[in-house]
Amino acid sequence: MKREIPVAITFIVGTAYLIAYFIPHEPFNYFENWFNDWFAVIAAFAIWLGVLNLIKISTIKIVRKSPDWPYSVLIIVSFIIIVFFGFYEGYRGLYANPHYSFRDPGTSFDWLYVNVYTPLSATMFALLAFFVASASYRAFRARNFEATLLLLAAFLVMLGRVPVGDILTSWLPHQYQLSQWANWIMHVPNTAGQRAIMIGIALGLVSTSLRIILGLERSYLGND
Amino acid sequence: MGFWGQFGVWLAALLTIGIISFLYKDNFLYKACEAIFVGISAGYWFIVYYWDNLYKKFYLQVTNHDLTSWERIIPWVGFILGVMMLSRLFEKIGWLSRWPLAFIVGATAGLYMMIYFVSNAMAQVASTIIPVFIGDWATIIANFFIVAGTFCGLVYFFFSKEHKGAFGLASRVGIWFLMITFGASFGYTVMSRMSLMIGRLDFLFGTWLGMIK
Repeated sequence: MKREIPVAITFIVGTAYLIAYFIPHEPFNYFENWFNDWFAVIAAFAIWLGVLNLIKISTIKIVRKSPDWPYSVLIIVSFIIIVFFGFYEGYRGLYANPHYSFRDPGTSFDWLYVNVYTPLSATMFALLAFFVASASYRAFRARNFEATLLLLAAFLVMLGRVPVGDILTSWLPHQYQLSQWANWIMHVPNTAGQRAIMIGIALGLVSTSLRIILGLERSYLGND
Repeated sequence: MGFWGQFGVWLAALLTIGIISFLYKDNFLYKACEAIFVGISAGYWFIVYYWDNLYKKFYLQVTNHDLTSWERIIPWVGFILGVMMLSRLFEKIGWLSRWPLAFIVGATAGLYMMIYFVSNAMAQVASTIIPVFIGDWATIIANFFIVAGTFCGLVYFFFSKEHKGAFGLASRVGIWFLMITFGASFGYTVMSRMSLMIGRLDFLFGTWLGMIK
């Protein structure tokens, strides 16, 4: 029961989606709609599972006074604040006339999103520029022809995307300036490589999906 | 800009500086901002999934009296499977979470198998099978590189035959194209991160300090 039922569920759901793709009529389109809704509800619970786990771990850290436990307090407090305003604005919007959404501009939830979430996430990802640059400085070495190609492509694309690239090559006709080279690399050899990767991924995905639906691949169920 | 607008700008500026301070060294301000980011992100997605998924796809349907009683029962299956997902938090009944997990895996496999096959395999193959020798010389070279590069890249991914002789040569050319792709992707990623950093600096020196007009 611990393994057989999940394998049966995977087979039924996967097959129903496949059939619904080829026969988009009753009753298979109903199955597809129901499954889409269930998928969305389960995804919500999956997010909640992750969040509850985070709260559980943070609470344990606070109770045990583990190192850096005050940061766990910050995690829980900031979580509670945004959740409170999310529910508050959501239910307030439902009973307001006219209705509005919890994330409409002007709501307190949107204020938190614009002034806390967005600057934090944008700056966090912006920091990666420095880490990627320092990592590439250490890792990029023109050891052989392939590595040199990688280095050259990266160099030309980076330089071609900033004004200084065109300034450096301003003495050349427009079609030979660095920005045009960067565009050519992105549109021609990069497209060829991306296509090979995409086709490879798609074929791999089809074969893996078939193995999963047919129950040949069961690693997602764990060992016990 | 009113009080809350000004307060928001100051708060965003302090949080931005807090994260950037990591470039100097790991410090308490960065750790505090990081903790706030974790809590706010978790809460944000918690709320978004509640209203967009749970409320719309479950609550509104089970309370909609225009639907038949059968149509109002159906969403409960998804809800029960979702609750079973939470059993993972408890060791003894954790195995119950395999049922919703199996549903997610099966749905993803069934759904994405066709979507990926149609959009990534068939559509990309169709876009690659093009006449090469048409137009000016620049178009001919570009078309040739796209057709040859895609073919050689696929040869590199074909592991059922030893990469020797003409097959090995094609595979080697495939590696060259893949290397250019990785280099271009790397350069593009770095520039997108740089653009984000410029955006943050523009916020700090423009919106916050008013030094950029």
